[in-house]
Amino acid sequence: MRDPWVVVAIVGVATIASKAAGPVLVGRRELPPRLQACVELLAPVMLTALIVTQTFGGDEEIQVDARVAGVGAALIAIVLRAPVIAAMAVAALVTALLRLAV
Amino acid sequence: MTEVATRPRIRDGMRAALPLAPSPILFGLSYGVLADATGFGSAAAIVMSATTFAGAAQFAVASVFDAGGTATAAILAAVFLNARYVAISMTVASIFPGGKARRLVESQAIVDESWALSGRRGRFEWPILVGSGLVFYALWVGCTAVGTVIGGVLDDPNALGLDAAFAALFLALAVPYLRNRRGLQAAALAAVITLVLIPFAPAGVPIVAASAACLLGLRR
Repeated sequence: MRDPWVVVAIVGVATIASKAAGPVLVGRRELPPRLQACVELLAPVMLTALIVTQTFGGDEEIQVDARVAGVGAALIAIVLRAPVIAAMAVAALVTALLRLAV
Repeated sequence: MTEVATRPRIRDGMRAALPLAPSPILFGLSYGVLADATGFGSAAAIVMSATTFAGAAQFAVASVFDAGGTATAAILAAVFLNARYVAISMTVASIFPGGKARRLVESQAIVDESWALSGRRGRFEWPILVGSGLVFYALWVGCTAVGTVIGGVLDDPNALGLDAAFAALFLALAVPYLRNRRGLQAAALAAVITLVLIPFAPAGVPIVAASAACLLGLRR
């Protein structure tokens, strides 16, 4: 099943509900601290999984190719406090040039 | 003058958003290009920008589709990624005026950037959040639409290194969360789970499985 509209509908409703959760449902109450800690860790966890998949993911195998160099260059740019867009451009440029060269 | 300084208006929020405008413009364009290239479809991409209005999750869906993953994997990855808005919306729960219907609508102005801007004076300010959110929303949806048109012209975005550009985007978004030990440990566990599962599981599943790493938050 790869119907984009199903994804649009379900993710849309879930996101709207997530953003409304605080202002509409909770008001001034707080989540239990342990649950709060788990929710806070979701963002770095999901982002890391995406980085790994996007950098090393192949067709059900781990692939080390031009992307790794591109992402490595982007990491250097980020550490040097380059803007996000610049880091993305560095990654794309390095990867594209390596693909041209190979 | 002093009135404006102490009680900002929606207009002030809109003005505060301008220095950050390049971000939704460029990401909106690149999201439109990518969604179109991965076969997600132009109309679906534009409607998703208008309803979901959360860049990272939308890129995640495009990324799972690009890798050949199922809709279920794409949905779970995006929903887990956006679960952070539950936490973010809790931090600003008390600044929204009016009844529940109005709060529901205005809370949709919450995105990472508008939330960050609204807290810049040490307490969260509703006009800044809603004003800047409106500007980001208009740019995000408009530029997604333009991007899908540009996307039709490109044939192989991966030749341009778009796949690595995505990884770079996620990396830049993740860095602020990795400054504390707990975030770093959870991220490391997520990386291990993902790497171990990639050779065995269908695309998208490793990402969803990695979400279990957030359970590290249960430790005291």
